[in-house]
Amino acid sequence: MNRLEDYIPIVGEATLEELGLLATRLRGKAIQNINSTAVGGGVAEILSRMIPLLNQLGVSARWDVIKGDEKFFAITKKFHNGLHGVPVEVAADEYAHFLEVNRYNADEFQFGDVVFVHDPQPIALVEKRESLGKHWVWRCHIDFSQPDVQIWQFLRQFILRYQAAVFSAPAFSQKLPIPQVLIAPSIDPLSDKNKELDEKTIDAVFSRFAIDRSRPVVTQISRFDYLKDPIGVIKAFKLAKEHIDMQLVLAGGGATDDPEGPIIMEQVRQEADKDKDIFVLFLPPASDIEINALQRGSTIILQKSLKEGFGLTVSEALWKGKPTIAGAVGGIPLQIAHKYSGILTRSVEGTAQWIKQLISAPDYARQLGINGREHIRNNFLITRHIKDYLLLFLSLFEEGEVIYL
Amino acid sequence: MESFHFFTKLDQTLLLGLRARTIDELLTGIRSVSDASIYFHTHRFLHQHHFLSPEPPNDFAYWVTNVLGDDVLGEKLWSIDTARFGDIRGLRAKLIAILESHLDSLRRASDCQAGEEFHFMACRTFVLPTAYVAHDLIQFAEVLARVSIGSVYFHMFDAKLRLKSGENDFSRWFRDQGKFVLANETKRLDPYSYTLDGLRQRIVALVRQHESS
Repeated sequence: MNRLEDYIPIVGEATLEELGLLATRLRGKAIQNINSTAVGGGVAEILSRMIPLLNQLGVSARWDVIKGDEKFFAITKKFHNGLHGVPVEVAADEYAHFLEVNRYNADEFQFGDVVFVHDPQPIALVEKRESLGKHWVWRCHIDFSQPDVQIWQFLRQFILRYQAAVFSAPAFSQKLPIPQVLIAPSIDPLSDKNKELDEKTIDAVFSRFAIDRSRPVVTQISRFDYLKDPIGVIKAFKLAKEHIDMQLVLAGGGATDDPEGPIIMEQVRQEADKDKDIFVLFLPPASDIEINALQRGSTIILQKSLKEGFGLTVSEALWKGKPTIAGAVGGIPLQIAHKYSGILTRSVEGTAQWIKQLISAPDYARQLGINGREHIRNNFLITRHIKDYLLLFLSLFEEGEVIYL
Repeated sequence: MESFHFFTKLDQTLLLGLRARTIDELLTGIRSVSDASIYFHTHRFLHQHHFLSPEPPNDFAYWVTNVLGDDVLGEKLWSIDTARFGDIRGLRAKLIAILESHLDSLRRASDCQAGEEFHFMACRTFVLPTAYVAHDLIQFAEVLARVSIGSVYFHMFDAKLRLKSGENDFSRWFRDQGKFVLANETKRLDPYSYTLDGLRQRIVALVRQHESS
């Protein structure tokens, strides 16, 4: 388990002092996080890192998980897909079962002073607010920019009963009569995926995959998914390679439940077979060190997404000081200020042009990387995330635009 | 001698659910949002990018230039001298005047790409006392060199424009100490033309010059 002091060399003592100042204002208040899974997925990952750090700050924070049967999780999976814009049908008895499971859990819980509910699965617990009081906040971790209308209307009735709602990117905000707070996700600089690695470890990973570190390496780390545009990445690489010798690494997990996944993977394989400088790496789960090494050993990192939730792989790349070219979608423009801390593109041709530019102008590319790392240090590390959570909890007890604590 | 107590500030970002796709819609939004939103969009860049080369901190200019591709309007918004304004009302009026004038002269509306809309936001500011106190100029320089960026930001930007105290907190304290030249030199600085660290270093250097005078 990481200690708060471990972050001082990374973010500075003043940042930790400010967290301490905020935390003292929350003494005596029990903060309860509730989500639907104890392991796996981004929410569980961030809570498992965040709760111990909050406790070290002296905040009484805990984490509970709702119980549900298979039918419940099949229904919430439908919600998830619908909120991402996939057409789904949810039957009346499914809505009823969803409510029944939430009500069962609500009767079982001992609620804290602040009830911090994550994502749609436990959203209806808020029915208890009327009888219990307490301070209730709903945190949406998923892309909410084009939700299915029927599911949105169903969820909206519960969202309105919370004191505030939290979204990860400005595009996910909705017209709501309750305050909406922006809290971007974060990366942990001390995790296996982001911690410093020595050159020997990086070399070993590149050798294992037979990638030549003496020539430029352009890398995209992502699922093989249409929305991550691996085919567009290959096209951009080929255009740029007409002028500069380089290699391409496409690395990530296997197919998702996207029905087009296998088709995309097959296309990627076919393209890779035609060029020995394209490396397609299907990495198993728990390949964090390998991903870290691939990012650190690359010349340029791409994240040429067509649609994106937040796109934390961009923060991961920038934290490693890598010049990064990424699609201007979802939360990526929050992470990259164009031509300052990275490059934003909107086409295959633009991506190809910038790959050439950055390989040909290493001083400029290096400066982008330096700026990118500083931008992540100040805005997208777990310490900023903790600050935002502490402010969120405090804001539930305060009113006004400027609050003196 | 009255001591200087360093405060710090931390911002919570609020989403307003209001977005703009064109300059017309941007103008409509700027007319209707709260002062906290105008403040946020004219200062966020400075706070989030405080390590970069100095850049007038203006989200509107950034969006117009980089998303709509209108360099002429972008430069007009970019070059607003924010340091001249004593309150948000004047700053808002200036933004409105530039946008109105631009719309009158061009008579064209360019839409941004889907997904690249301007999202109006605002902030709630939490102000906290720190443990740092300076009793004289020597201590002041030592402490200013180590307080958080939020503390520099609060005393130089929020104090003057948002809390309408007329000038930054540092100048006022220097004047109270009888250091009129130092007070005037600090007041004269355009804090928007520095990075926050650069601003901190500039003030520390000014104070050290005046420590013995």
